[in-house]
Amino acid sequence: MNSAVRNVIASPLVANNPITLQILGICSALAVTSSLKTALLMAAALTTVTAFSNASISAIRHHIPGSIRIIVQMTIIASLVIVVDQLMKAYAFDTAKQLSVFVGLIITNCIVMGRAEAYAMQNPVGMSFLDGIGNGLGYSLILIVVAVIRELSGSGSLLGYEILTLTKNGGWYVPNGLMLLPPSAFFIIGMLIWIIRTKYPEQREVHDFKIHEKHGLGNR
Amino acid sequence: MEALLSLFIKSVFIENMALTFFLGMCTFIAISKKIETAVGLGIAVVIVQAITVPANNLILNVFLKDSVLLQGVDLRFLGLISYIAIIAAIVQVLEMVLDKYVPALYQALGVFLPLITVNCAILGGTLFMVERDYTFVESVVYGFGSGFSWMLAIVVLAGVRERLKYSDVPVGLQGLGIIFITVGLMSLGFMSFSGIQL
Repeated sequence: MNSAVRNVIASPLVANNPITLQILGICSALAVTSSLKTALLMAAALTTVTAFSNASISAIRHHIPGSIRIIVQMTIIASLVIVVDQLMKAYAFDTAKQLSVFVGLIITNCIVMGRAEAYAMQNPVGMSFLDGIGNGLGYSLILIVVAVIRELSGSGSLLGYEILTLTKNGGWYVPNGLMLLPPSAFFIIGMLIWIIRTKYPEQREVHDFKIHEKHGLGNR
Repeated sequence: MEALLSLFIKSVFIENMALTFFLGMCTFIAISKKIETAVGLGIAVVIVQAITVPANNLILNVFLKDSVLLQGVDLRFLGLISYIAIIAAIVQVLEMVLDKYVPALYQALGVFLPLITVNCAILGGTLFMVERDYTFVESVVYGFGSGFSWMLAIVVLAGVRERLKYSDVPVGLQGLGIIFITVGLMSLGFMSFSGIQL
């Protein structure tokens, strides 16, 4: 595997993560993570859509007139999402029901559109496909981390298997119900961003005001 | 009438688009630095949502549902692509109409209108309408209520962020991190509405 290919796949994982650095596709990242199963299915769906939309948009990139490119991209993405949606309803109906509207919302997920616009319009098919996979995996990574934390502490289980024995089943773990509610997703992502930015200081944002700056106000 | 009122209250407070369903998060976080811009974007979302949800309701009931267009033809699998096309078209038309007849509002909304096409709160509202099988009147109320809920959330967040600028936040948490924590706390506040029985 040469370094360019490795870079395309590996850099979106942590260093250039679409969720924590580029703030793309957060809606679904928060909504589907209350259990690991829905998160995995959503991650698979998004990775597939991003990879194939990148590949198909890249394949016809020389034939798309600039003025209508957004509509063309939207149509391709929407068609792919319909395929994924139908497949999910056919083979994983229960989980698809839990995901409810969020599969359809992949259409407006900024990661798909963002990669199509930023990468697939300039690069050859193979690399665009890999870029889609890489960004899909970066998204999946955050989804899986958040979902593991939320499901494990919220209901003491992973993928429905009990890991921490709950008190109601005679064990010791009292589940933290808050972790299953929407606010905890915000807190966990906020913390993840904090951790990543401590590791990669160059991702920090410049503060509007410097609070600890020394002011030249005479000899105080 | 009472049912419609309770649907409105429910869509604004209990099922807040931004804080309970996390819809429209990208724009919610990117464009909430100032109260004025947040209000502008909020109004645009309310208008578009109140038009697109009923419009898509008509599309669903007139064209897509089982056997309404042709006997034995179920076109619901075309739903997603038609809804997004309708949304894009309505936003485009709305832009032209506002430019022609209400230029002041058009100026104020500026770049926000075209941005709305890719705001997932809009498509989300339509998809919830489809999932819950609202009637036309209900979809009007729901469209307006859910748009208003999103506007409420973004204006409140903008107010908090204007104050947050002057606060002393740990270095790594500055910017995006602290916004997430703030939104989490707001969402926690809105959770308290969830016990309301209507």
